Formats: sequence, structure tokens, C-alpha cells
Amino acid sequence: MIKDITLGQYYPADSILHKLDPRVKLVATLVFIVSLFLVKTWVGYVVATLFLALVIRMSRVPFSFMVRGLKAIIMLLMITVVFNLFLTPGNRVLVSFWKFQITDEGLRTAAFMAVRLIYLIIGSSVMTLTTTPNDLTDGMEKGLGPLKKLHVPVHEMAMIMAIALRFIPILMEETDKIMKAQMARGADFETGNLVQKAKSLVPLLVPLFISAFRRANDLAMAMEARCYHGGEGRTKMKPLRYESRDFKAYGVLGLYLCAVIAVRVLGNYVRLI
Amino acid sequence: MSLKAEHINYIYSAGTAYEIAALRDINFEIPDGQFLGLIGHTGSGKSTLVQHLNGLIKATGGQLYFNGEDIYREGYSMRELRSQVGLVFQYPEHQLFEVDVLSDVCFGPLNQGMSKEAAKERARAALRMVGLGEEYESRSPFELSGGQKRRVAIAGVLAMEPQVLILDEPTAGLDPRGRDEILDQLAALHREKKITVILVSHSMEDVARYVERIIVMNQGKILYDGEPREVFRHYEELEQVGLAAPQVTYIMHALKASGLDVDENATTIREARETILQAFRKE
Repeated sequence: MIKDITLGQYYPADSILHKLDPRVKLVATLVFIVSLFLVKTWVGYVVATLFLALVIRMSRVPFSFMVRGLKAIIMLLMITVVFNLFLTPGNRVLVSFWKFQITDEGLRTAAFMAVRLIYLIIGSSVMTLTTTPNDLTDGMEKGLGPLKKLHVPVHEMAMIMAIALRFIPILMEETDKIMKAQMARGADFETGNLVQKAKSLVPLLVPLFISAFRRANDLAMAMEARCYHGGEGRTKMKPLRYESRDFKAYGVLGLYLCAVIAVRVLGNYVRLI
Repeated sequence: MSLKAEHINYIYSAGTAYEIAALRDINFEIPDGQFLGLIGHTGSGKSTLVQHLNGLIKATGGQLYFNGEDIYREGYSMRELRSQVGLVFQYPEHQLFEVDVLSDVCFGPLNQGMSKEAAKERARAALRMVGLGEEYESRSPFELSGGQKRRVAIAGVLAMEPQVLILDEPTAGLDPRGRDEILDQLAALHREKKITVILVSHSMEDVARYVERIIVMNQGKILYDGEPREVFRHYEELEQVGLAAPQVTYIMHALKASGLDVDENATTIREARETILQAFRKE
């Protein structure tokens, strides 16, 4: 029923991308996001598109899964496009009606913004689809390790994230179950006006909150029973170690970043479109 | 008045990496007033199957008829179906939400469009049926014991007065006494109200004492369908799929093998006692 949220959903497959060290993927995602804000020209977007296409191909995750995450931002996307399209001043007016006008600059910004947003989501989806939440937080903990010297509670933050991520599917399943149980008692979550709809959520939200608290309590107890006392002196069963493929991946990433910067710098001299 | 399934198939997460065929070609007909046990070990598809029966899950293939009407036909009222086919989920106490027991049990009848007074009447009657007296009506459902909570939740479905009552593992996590109480109350309900009761369980022992018919599920398929004594005759095969016949069955087969002339189809302790005594008298 409510299984459309892809963010934080792992897609098991046997690919190089799945095997990469999570730190590489985190850095790569970050670099990709930054690169999206660096590019200002069509050529830059072509480079980004090629890179993304290559990564998606290598991930062996069906493309339909990547796109699924876009559903969540469709409203945001529309608003961004519409505002940019109509409210950007420019030199050449293409279409004009009433108080609005579409300029060449507006069209350009709207298209770029849309592509940027879409790539942002797809780019981060690639990471979450190929990395288990556990690996992801492991990578984060290890990657941010140096911050511990500054008394940043890196381990605790990673643990909180891991637990939060772990609970998303559980709570979704629980929601589904409670929804069904109340529907079996004749509850109706779909029809009615806004007030009725909000009211109809009470039989869903109350049990859901109670169960979330119960689960949190149980988990805390279970962790304490196994002597959890924070990250101090804790070792890993599978410590993260870089392998040759990880360095190669960093190499490819570096090349991509160089290409994007080159396009940007060159773009300043040569006016490409 | 019956439930009839024809070639029901159900595939979870069709078209993804997590695709699982949960139900494969399920066929059965449940006549009115039957007390039926649906048995299978974890993951055999029994919970999925019962959710089909009140339309919470739509089969990916096949037809389902309630009282002769195809529930997948356009315009069929699922709400009507759900008030006729009551489904009590596993751990139903997790769905309680109201401030007091009576209002929680009233939720179903009110959704059926009844007046407040009529709903309260229904709720009170339902609470009596599950053995909860007046003193519980104004208490918060969250301060009750596990067994009591479960009974409140069962009453919440009973108050809708369904023709078919389905219970998914109603005794899971209860102590032996709580288990017997709930099963006895269900049996009494079945006797008095003449409604169809479908009891989903993985425990043959629980089910054998009460039901008239058993459907055994394994890997999404129906393995056996028949009277308890017929089904238990396959106790060796049942073991292979991770189930077990009641202990009585084993004892009777052992006695028979050791030369005592007993009826090895006895499924309850009472039947076993009689046939053993008979065998001794004959000797």
C-alpha cells in the first residue's frame, strides 16, 4: 500500500557498485551532488548524464527502481519548474500572456533546475539502492572517525542513524498491518473531507505510536542486556578496508570531477550555447 | 451462503527482486456454519490467504465468491464484505486505540453506520461473549493484561456480528489457560451463533479438539483438506513439512503397532481413552 518510498531501500544484486566500500559511495554521492551545482552549461550536463548513466548501468539495479524515488518530489519539481519558467527575467521573450512571460533565460533555468533535482534524487538513490543501511552507517562512522578527536559523538550518531533506518521498513510494515486491521473493522482512510480524513487517522496513529515506543523500549533493553555502552572499545566483525577496486573508483570519480571543472572553466572562455 | 475460492494465486512484490509466489492455485469451498482449521507453518501463506477472504488483498489471479457473488466484480462493496467476514489479525491487541474498552469495541459497529446506542449494545454483547464483564467497559484498554487485551480486540470484530469469523493465530503468546479460555469461548460462539469460524494456527493440538475440517497449507499450496482424522492419518508427511499431528495420534499409532487393537484415528484424548478401554475389554 505505502511501499513507494525508495529512499533507504536496498536492492540486492551482484555488481561492482554493491561491493564498493561504502565510504567511496558516500564520497562519490557527495561529489556528484556538488558537481551538479558546478555545471552551468549543456556540455556539463552531458558529462553528468554520461557519468550517471555509466553508474546506473554498473549497478545492475533496474532503472524503474531509480525513478521510483522521484515520486516523492514530483510536487517540488513542478513548483520549481513553474516558478523558474514564468518568473525569470531574460533578454528574449518567447511567450507572453497576461502578467507572465516566458523568456529564454527562464526556459533554460527551469530545464536546468529540473534536471538538477532529478539527478540529485537519482544520484542518492543509486547509493541507497546499492548499499545496505548498515554499510552506509558503517561507512559514515569510519569516514567521520577523525571528528572524534573534536568530541563529536560520531559513533552515537551513526548508531542512531542505523537504528532509524532499520526501523523504517518495520514501522511501514506495522502501519500496513494496523491499517488492514482497522479496515477489517470498517475503517475508511480514503474518502471524506480533510477533517474526516484527519480524524480517520487516529485509529492508525495511536497504535502506531504505542508500538514505536514499545519497540524502542525493547530494543534499548536488548542492547543493554548485551552490554552496549557506546562506541568506546567496540570492534567490528567486518572492519572496512579499502581494496584496489575502491582506489580505481576514486580514480574514476576524480576524472569525472576534473571533467566537470574543465567544462566549467572552459565555458567561461568559450561561450558554449 | 458460503466462501468459495477458485484458482487463487497471489504473488508478492510482482516484478521486483523480492518477488515471491505466496499462494498457488488455491481451491476450496467453505459452507455456512463450518468450524474450520487452517494450518501451516510460518510462511506457508495462511495469513495471506485469510486476508484475501475479506478483500484486504486482491488475488493476482483467480476468483473468490462470497454467497455466490464474485467479490472482484466491479462495484462490489468491499466494506459490506468486511462487515460480513470479520478478520481478527495476529496480535490484535496492537490495534487498540480508544480511551476505554467500550468505545474501542464500538469502532466497528459505528463504522457500519449504527447509532451510538445500538453500537454500545452490540459492544456490550460482544464483550460478554468473550467473557469480559461490565467492570471492564470504562477501563483503558492499555492497562489490561495481554489476554484481556486480546479478548477486547476479538470483541471489536465480534461486535460487527459477522457471518464468517476468521482468527489468525488467536492464541499466539498466551499461556495455556488463556489459550483454552479463548478457544472454548470460540467453540461456544460457534455453537450458539451458528457462524462460520476459520481458525488459523500452526498448532494441530489446538485445532484438533475444536474443528470439523482442516486445511493444511504448505509453500502456498493446499496440501490436505479434510476431516481432522483424515488429515492426521498423514502424520508422517505432516512432519516432513514442519508440522505435527496431535500427540494422541502418535500414541495411537504406536499402540496399534505394538499389537493393541485400537482405532488409530482417534484425535482427542477422550476418543483415545474410549478406544483404548474398548481394546482392553475385547482382550
